[in-house]
Amino acid sequence: MKIHEYQAKQIFARYGVPIPRGLAATTVDEAEAAAKKLAQETGSPVVVVKAQIHAGGRGKGGGVKVAKGGAAEARQLAQKILGMQLVTHQTGPEGQKVRRLYIEQGLDIARELYLGAVVDRDRRRIAFMASTEGGVEIEKVAEETPEKILTVHVDPAVGFAPYQARELGFGLGLGAKETLPKFVKMLGALHEVVTREDCSLCEINPLVVTGSGGIVALDGKITLDDNAEFRHPEWRELEDRDEEDPVELEAKAAGLNYVSLDGNVGCLVNGAGLAMATMDIIKHFGKGHGVAPANFLDVGGGANQEQVTKAFKMILRSPKVKAIFVNIFGGIMKCDVIANGVVAAARELGLKVPLVVRLEGTNVELGRKILNESGLAIQAASTMADGAQKVVAAVQA
Amino acid sequence: MSVLVGKDTRLLVQGITGSAGGFHAKQMIDYGTRVVAGVTPGRGGEKFESAVPVFDTVASAVKATGANASVIFVPPPGAADAILEAFDAGLELVVCITEGVPVTDMLRVRRVLEGLKGKTRLVGPNCPGVITPGAPGAGNVGCKIGIMPAHIHKPGNIGVVSRSGTLTYEAVGQLTARGVGQSTCIGIGGDPIGGMDFVDVLELFQADPDTHGVILIGEIGGGAEERAARFIKERMSKPVAGFIAGATAPPGKRMGHAGAIIAGGKGTAAEKIKALEAAGVRVAPTPSDMASTLAGMMA
Repeated sequence: MKIHEYQAKQIFARYGVPIPRGLAATTVDEAEAAAKKLAQETGSPVVVVKAQIHAGGRGKGGGVKVAKGGAAEARQLAQKILGMQLVTHQTGPEGQKVRRLYIEQGLDIARELYLGAVVDRDRRRIAFMASTEGGVEIEKVAEETPEKILTVHVDPAVGFAPYQARELGFGLGLGAKETLPKFVKMLGALHEVVTREDCSLCEINPLVVTGSGGIVALDGKITLDDNAEFRHPEWRELEDRDEEDPVELEAKAAGLNYVSLDGNVGCLVNGAGLAMATMDIIKHFGKGHGVAPANFLDVGGGANQEQVTKAFKMILRSPKVKAIFVNIFGGIMKCDVIANGVVAAARELGLKVPLVVRLEGTNVELGRKILNESGLAIQAASTMADGAQKVVAAVQA
Repeated sequence: MSVLVGKDTRLLVQGITGSAGGFHAKQMIDYGTRVVAGVTPGRGGEKFESAVPVFDTVASAVKATGANASVIFVPPPGAADAILEAFDAGLELVVCITEGVPVTDMLRVRRVLEGLKGKTRLVGPNCPGVITPGAPGAGNVGCKIGIMPAHIHKPGNIGVVSRSGTLTYEAVGQLTARGVGQSTCIGIGGDPIGGMDFVDVLELFQADPDTHGVILIGEIGGGAEERAARFIKERMSKPVAGFIAGATAPPGKRMGHAGAIIAGGKGTAAEKIKALEAAGVRVAPTPSDMASTLAGMMA
């Protein structure tokens, strides 16, 4: 789960990672009031108005602006940014609508650095990466000048060791005695954030050195590990449903894995690997014919008939779907459960597009019998390839 | 004629009194797996299906029954702890079926596993398990540790290793339909941090005289397939056919499995296919061609 910058910074503050003063706003009035309050607290009229969306590259897209002239200017900027479709390299061409702002004090910035923590799957450790190239896309730095990225790996039995923080600090040129201890302390705090808050990604870009040698997280990006949700009831408060695809949210609530795609074949599959492979094989046979998967949908191994019905209804309701491919290799999932769910959904909503079904595995005979006796117009497929070819032909017919 | 599990496996089931644990324990017993004990804290002294003794701790179960392998059906909040308990009891093989274990928990588990220096092997979490197929009635007893549908398997000489459960079944189904049997099938799981990876399993298949060829099924995310490609190039003489799922997956989206995500432009199917092909692996053009691709290499 992704969260907003202002939420990430609230978490940082709880652990002692230094952040600028700031206030969240959802209206122009709130933004102006926030700017006024910040100016009073800091004695400087300079504030930054920042769009809050779940994507990086907001500055380049015009979603981050500096107001030097105090609250009135902040109000004008807020007017411009609130409600805009912000397009960045991470949003896709249609962009993301800005519904929230974060108003933050302006800082005297001497240097901009990059700092990030990720799970390094190859080393099986949390890796902290730092670079002098702050404020730009880190993927680009990694591609073009990998030597500019410094990395240390944290041993979970030891925790973040001060020597590792010093290694990064000296490497970044933060050896000055008024700065290094602050940097070391900040890294220790950030490691606590990552492990205790179950972050699968935590990024500060840029991390800034102020004119007086202080270290401040000017940005904050956190992705939370969905698997740890059971021990973080407070995450429910952090979820911003406006930022998510409504169909994906509906699927999540029903315990289904769903990802919307651009194509026209609705897919219902059991198992993540088989669901991906089903997308691949539709694309393989559909290439050049304008046929592609409309979604990734894994009903999982232990879904009940209700969940299958719900899943099939989601596909039936999608206007972009021109044909449906149900591909099941029953293991724990029994084919009759799938068949009953498909029939129940089709009876309720009606089946207006061609349906191709491939059933294999546990209780396959019973599943086929249920489908045959349903009276629905179903094309049976003997293999994945057979099914994919049939569904591609059905879209073109 | 197998790796990891076989006729000497004495299995204990952690979480045997839960609904998934109980259901699959029964299925494993029916297949011929020697299930010697169950563990559920607080339920010690009971009998599962009036036959299998249940213990409060893994250590006491091992002491009383001589179990040497464990399969874990404990829900996510207690799964990592269950794995650590199995490690501490000195089991040779621990298979964790549970889906949804937090990655920070698995980082700690991995750290402990490294300290065991190969004494214990971990498979999973978020995996279907391990099966050495048997031929019922032919005196050839199989061993199934996990949740895979047993009836699609057939004893033979092909090793299957995969990050995905249902795609493993797909490959096994294709092999069996051609009359080709399997030595051992191992699902290593779909999480970003787990136990055995492709290289560990390939090492076993290469050393097993009864495994003559291998199907390797990978997916987007991470670098396990690239490491496998290096191992195959340098150390493997047996034919390996492969498939990588997720060629059409959009970047930045988690595709069902926690580990199936293209992050920062890394972990794409195209990169993995390229690495495997450069190592001499024949990659199936579609998931329907996994068995035929391997057959083509072994003809």
